[in-house]
Amino acid sequence: MKKYILTGTLAALLTLGGLSVPALAGPEDVVVENAWSRASIGMNRPGAAYMTIRNTSDEPVTLIGLTTPLAMMPEIHETKTNAEGVSSMSPAGEIVIAPGESIALEPGGLHAMLMRLQEPMTEGDTFPLTLLFDDGGEVTVEVPILGIAARGPED
Amino acid sequence: MRRRAILGYGAAVVGAVALMLFVGWWRVDGPGAPAPVGQLTVALTEMDFRLTDHEGNVVGPEALIGRPTMAFFGFTYCPDVCPTTLSDISGWLDDLGDEADEMNVVFITVDPERDTVETMAEYVGYFHPAIRGWTGPEEQIARVADGFRATYVRVPTESGDYTMNHTASVFLFAASGRFVTMIDYHEPREFAVPKIRRALEEETEGAT
Repeated sequence: MKKYILTGTLAALLTLGGLSVPALAGPEDVVVENAWSRASIGMNRPGAAYMTIRNTSDEPVTLIGLTTPLAMMPEIHETKTNAEGVSSMSPAGEIVIAPGESIALEPGGLHAMLMRLQEPMTEGDTFPLTLLFDDGGEVTVEVPILGIAARGPED
Repeated sequence: MRRRAILGYGAAVVGAVALMLFVGWWRVDGPGAPAPVGQLTVALTEMDFRLTDHEGNVVGPEALIGRPTMAFFGFTYCPDVCPTTLSDISGWLDDLGDEADEMNVVFITVDPERDTVETMAEYVGYFHPAIRGWTGPEEQIARVADGFRATYVRVPTESGDYTMNHTASVFLFAASGRFVTMIDYHEPREFAVPKIRRALEEETEGAT
């Protein structure tokens, strides 16, 4: 009988431990740096945002999606250019970031594609962009809007 | 019995050879051939098309002869590659300074349905003032792409819109219209700028 209780307690402890160890990917585990985006012309065209996402925890984190009040359909897309020089773009799906590693969303590669803008992206403004992780964790970053011809976060 | 087996083998061999020949044809000359590989962009003097620039002028390849040319394809609804290419080019032109004044710089849309003359005018206005925007009827755009050995294809997106896959390289021509070289998408400035200088230098070579 004792043994069972002990086991039960252990199980409960383990369950609790199991819940708390892989802490929700949150601001303490994921660091977003150098976020920037380009101003849009009107609202008909999709926008794009760029940043570096670093996993500072010791567990892999999986980025599964985005939300922002700025766009109805924000999605991580990837631009690929083949040997013939033809560029194409497609949804990148889930992105796993290994512990201690970072991924770069940058022109010509991964980018946050902002489809169905709700308002124009105006140079000098910022907008909140929330990264969603598979464990339910979220990180929100304020993305500065630079000029249409901006080439990087410093422009 | 033995004869039938031999016949069977013979038929199999003939079949296999025929299949190999067919596959070879399909991949080299047939519909499965990788379109532009090995085929070089033709000279501007050999091209024939009519487009409209962002100021409403009728333009064709002859408008580019006499000055070195930098030309590339894109569309204004392109969120990533095209603004990046246009900003890269703006940066190269800034690096070249006065030399850039000697060049034609042309952005040709592969999405004439959405990129009207007015749209092109607004879009190029955000980049280096040397950049001209050309648009025109779909069949004329197809002729341009054919001469350049460039490709483009319309692809639907989940949002119900469409995007364009297209050749993202920048094409360089000498003042004579001769094709010089290409700058790959997002090629670093230290490689791109010397390539442009080469096209600029070809101008004097072409004149002799």
